[in-house]
Amino acid sequence: MTELTKLSLADARQGLKDKSFSALELTEAYIGAIDAANDKLNAYVATTPDQARDMAKASDAKLAKGEAGLLEGIPLGVKDLFATKGVHTQAASHILDGFKPEYESTVTANLWRDGAVMLGKLNMDEFAMGSSNETSYYGSVINPFRAEGSNANLVPGGSSGGSASAVAAWLCAGATATDTGGSIRQPAAFTGTVGIKPTYGRCSRWGTVAFASSLDQAGPIARTVEDAALMLQSMSGFDAKDSTSVDLAVPDFAAAVERGVKGLTIGVPREYRMDGMPAEIEALWNQGLEWLKAEGATVKDISLPHTKYALPAYYIVAPAEASSNLARYDGVKYGLRVSGKDITDLYELTRAAGFGREVKRRIMIGTYVLSAGYFDAYYVKAQKVRTLIKKDFEDAFNAGVDAVLTPATPSAAFAIGDEALAADPVAMYLNDVFTVTVNMAGLPGIAVPAGKDGKGLPLGLQLIGKPFDEETLFAAARVIEKSTGTDFSPTRWW
Amino acid sequence: MSVDATTVKRIGRLARIRIEEEEVAGYQTELNAILGFVEQLGEVNVDGVEPMTSVTPMQLRRRDDVVTDGGYPEKIVKNAPLTEDNFFMVPKVVE
Repeated sequence: MTELTKLSLADARQGLKDKSFSALELTEAYIGAIDAANDKLNAYVATTPDQARDMAKASDAKLAKGEAGLLEGIPLGVKDLFATKGVHTQAASHILDGFKPEYESTVTANLWRDGAVMLGKLNMDEFAMGSSNETSYYGSVINPFRAEGSNANLVPGGSSGGSASAVAAWLCAGATATDTGGSIRQPAAFTGTVGIKPTYGRCSRWGTVAFASSLDQAGPIARTVEDAALMLQSMSGFDAKDSTSVDLAVPDFAAAVERGVKGLTIGVPREYRMDGMPAEIEALWNQGLEWLKAEGATVKDISLPHTKYALPAYYIVAPAEASSNLARYDGVKYGLRVSGKDITDLYELTRAAGFGREVKRRIMIGTYVLSAGYFDAYYVKAQKVRTLIKKDFEDAFNAGVDAVLTPATPSAAFAIGDEALAADPVAMYLNDVFTVTVNMAGLPGIAVPAGKDGKGLPLGLQLIGKPFDEETLFAAARVIEKSTGTDFSPTRWW
Repeated sequence: MSVDATTVKRIGRLARIRIEEEEVAGYQTELNAILGFVEQLGEVNVDGVEPMTSVTPMQLRRRDDVVTDGGYPEKIVKNAPLTEDNFFMVPKVVE
């Protein structure tokens, strides 16, 4: 029965509909796979097998009555950033020790409404701050991919590293994830999976632990473009509880997947051809353009002149918002408390013990750039640069570009505990150089596996779309997915 | 701009994060690396550019000023480390 876990989400839906197997059998297969793999991959920080079985039984009853929802009986993993009622929700941080919310996030509530089954909570970088999933209080997540001929463990990317690793290693049919600067797309690229960050406002942020509120968006990581479309369909939608949720009808994303790219204009931004870009990534990018052209798209060179300023502006805006959002963790309302001689002492000791180094570093940068005398020089300046970054994309779209194709990451997955990266915070931040512009401009972006490097590790391409035009991204990503002819399954070693 | 040891300690106090003496130098190096990286924004001409306040062009919605939720204090304090009669308990803050 373990082979059930190898089915795509779409094929599992069909199998359930055809009564080839039950939702309970499918769920049991995933529970077994998690039990066998999690001590090696560390993708889950909490599992909920009893709840999963109850949900699967309820799905079987609905399937029998012909009342199946969009994701009826589909077992999913949930990033530890989403509040799940009565279940471990800690943003992979020590400071939220023991926190079990009394409420459910809107995104996960939408998935359960549509019949999905919760397998457990997925590991991540602490408070979604990281690009390697090494900042988690629960330890590093391991990428199911290894370089050919090597036994060395690689990072799955971050911050949604648990989501990406679990999806690639068949430990869930799909997973929720979040993306503030690339946290869906970079881990998807590192694990041969598909990840989409929808337009800002498409998914409700209510009940999702906040990192940088003007950048955070939820989205799925899945094994195929169609699977990602089905999941995003369920996760999306207007929510009055999120003041930035957009009141727009959710299109039928799955219906757009096979639409093709005939007649579309694909922009190629010259600023993304960076010095020192590995030749295989440049070759993959060109190959992707050829695939799109072969299916009837036109390729157009474009300029996004403020690209190089997106990452430095991000490292002002995101820490500033984080320093405000994380002020709530004070040892009083929930989670960890370290007692002190007075209230200030309690705050300072709790936060020193509860936050990891990367989180503290970002809170401190944010506190500094918002402090008296520096606010205009840093924060206001960064928000002005952000306006210019958004305008670059608007100019390209106004000139007839339908979507932009770029590499997803500057490299394939790298080693756990990379010393050069550990010594220099900025070097790690450069992982997000191709993805962060999209968050700054609030646009949708999808990462799709497109090829492998010389060591057999997956590489991804990114498509960036117009606001609320995720459909074109699914259609174009599907063309790349079909054209690769590559199997993105990891060789099982765990 | 770069930060000195005194500034690191001041930021720690503002952020309510206890920074031990032996940690100051490490934070100082890391914060200055990040501040050095963001320095390149100085090259960008932003004359006449409005700072972004909303990434999607939208008006914040208004609603009637009425109670729409609440009435369950026991749920609010459920996860608190220390409570009494549905109040959060903290060290004495007023004399």
